[in-house]
Amino acid sequence: MLTNITMGQYYPVDSPIHRLDPRVKLVLTIAFIVAVFLVHTLLGYALILGFVYLVSRLAKIPFKMLIKGIKPLRMILILTFLLNLFFTAGETVLVEFWIIRITREALRQAVFYSLRLIFLVIGTSVLTLTTSPVALSDAIELLLGPLKKIHFPAHELAMMMTIALRFIPTLLDETDKIMKAQMARGADFESGNLISRAKSMVPLLVPLFVSAFRRAGDLAMAMESRCYHGGEGRTRFRVLKVTKNDYLACAAMAGLIALIVLEGIFLT
Amino acid sequence: MSIEVRHLTHTYGEGSAISTVALDDVSFAIEPGEFIGIVGHTGSGKSTLVQHLNGLLKPTSGQVLVDGQDLNGEGVNRRALRQRIGLVFQYPEYQLFEETVAKDIAFGPKNQGLSSEEIDRRVRKAMDSVHLDYAKYAEQSPFELSGGQMRRVAIAGVLAMEPEVLILDEPTAGLDPRGRDRILSMLEELRAKDHTTILMVSHSMEDMARLATRLLVISEGKLVADGSPREVFARRDLMTSIGLDIPESAKLCAALRAAGYDLPADLYRPDELKEQLLRLWKEANAC
Repeated sequence: MLTNITMGQYYPVDSPIHRLDPRVKLVLTIAFIVAVFLVHTLLGYALILGFVYLVSRLAKIPFKMLIKGIKPLRMILILTFLLNLFFTAGETVLVEFWIIRITREALRQAVFYSLRLIFLVIGTSVLTLTTSPVALSDAIELLLGPLKKIHFPAHELAMMMTIALRFIPTLLDETDKIMKAQMARGADFESGNLISRAKSMVPLLVPLFVSAFRRAGDLAMAMESRCYHGGEGRTRFRVLKVTKNDYLACAAMAGLIALIVLEGIFLT
Repeated sequence: MSIEVRHLTHTYGEGSAISTVALDDVSFAIEPGEFIGIVGHTGSGKSTLVQHLNGLLKPTSGQVLVDGQDLNGEGVNRRALRQRIGLVFQYPEYQLFEETVAKDIAFGPKNQGLSSEEIDRRVRKAMDSVHLDYAKYAEQSPFELSGGQMRRVAIAGVLAMEPEVLILDEPTAGLDPRGRDRILSMLEELRAKDHTTILMVSHSMEDMARLATRLLVISEGKLVADGSPREVFARRDLMTSIGLDIPESAKLCAALRAAGYDLPADLYRPDELKEQLLRLWKEANAC
């Protein structure tokens, strides 16, 4: 019933991009976002598109899959486009009709804002598609590591993230089971008005919370009995190492940003 | 109420790369008043099978007929049918949610739209059936009870709908011997008093030897044996080949026969083995 919801959209294949150090990937994604904001010409966006296409080929991710990732955002995209189109002030009028006034500047801004959004989503989904959630939370922990000096709980934060991700499928399974059990007792989750439907969730939510708390207690007990006491002095099973490929990836990103900046300076 | 399963096949994740066939062309019929034991290794498809019997899962192909009517046909009120075929899931205590035991048991009858007097009568009767004292437990929170008691409350919640067929998925899993015995004797009484047809999934061959009138053995989604416990337990090779055991009494009997004692080949109950052993002992002492 609920198993068809795919959470955490990691695309498990082996590729040079998948093998990159997750810390490097995270930083490069942030750099990519900055690059997207530096672009002010259509040629710049063409450069970005080419870069994304190359990366997706290298990562063995079907380009279609990236495009699909934008789909849930289409309402926001349309809204952004239309709002910018109609409400941006400008001088060169393209179309004037009744109260609608579309200027050249507005069209430009609408197109650029929409493209920016699209590339932001694509860029970050390349990260989540090629990096397993565990690797990602490792990366976050290590990158936030220096903040431990000011008592920022980086390890705890990453551990919570890992546990939360780990339990999503378990809880979905549990929901499915409890739903079926209550349906066997004649519960009805589908029909009725809003209030009766909200009420019908009680027999589902109470057992779900009870079991989530029970699991949390069990897990805490299991971790403590294996001497878990937080991140202090803890060594890692998978030691992350920056390799030649990581430097290459950094160089490629630096190249992209340099191209965009140069193109911005000389072609406008 | 009779249930007939015809060529039932169920595939999980059909069409995707990770599709698994959980049930493969299973056919059998259940007559009123039977106590059917469903046995099989973990992952053999038992739980998938029982969820088809009250329409919680739809077959990929094949049919489930209830009183001759296709359960998944058009215009069939599955919600009403589910109340006539009660299903107790594995670890049913995890489905408790109400503030009091009585309210939780009343959830099923309430969904049936019964009057409050009738609901009250059914709650009392269901609690009586599972040997929970109404005066003592009705107003308690179900979350304060012991594991065995919680399970009995959950079973009472299904019994209160007064189903004609009761299906239980491993009702004794994780209980201590006393809790187990309570559930099993409760099922025995239920069948004797209310003539409820019972289907029970279990790993315990001892439980099956004690209660079942018929056994269905499932292995890798296929029905590999269907017969009385006596017939099924006599096929020791088949049972061990699919990772199942036979009752201790049957094992002891086989070992004694191998050692040259004159015992019938198909003993499987502790009481009948005891009688035969006493007979042998008397014969040996007579001469």
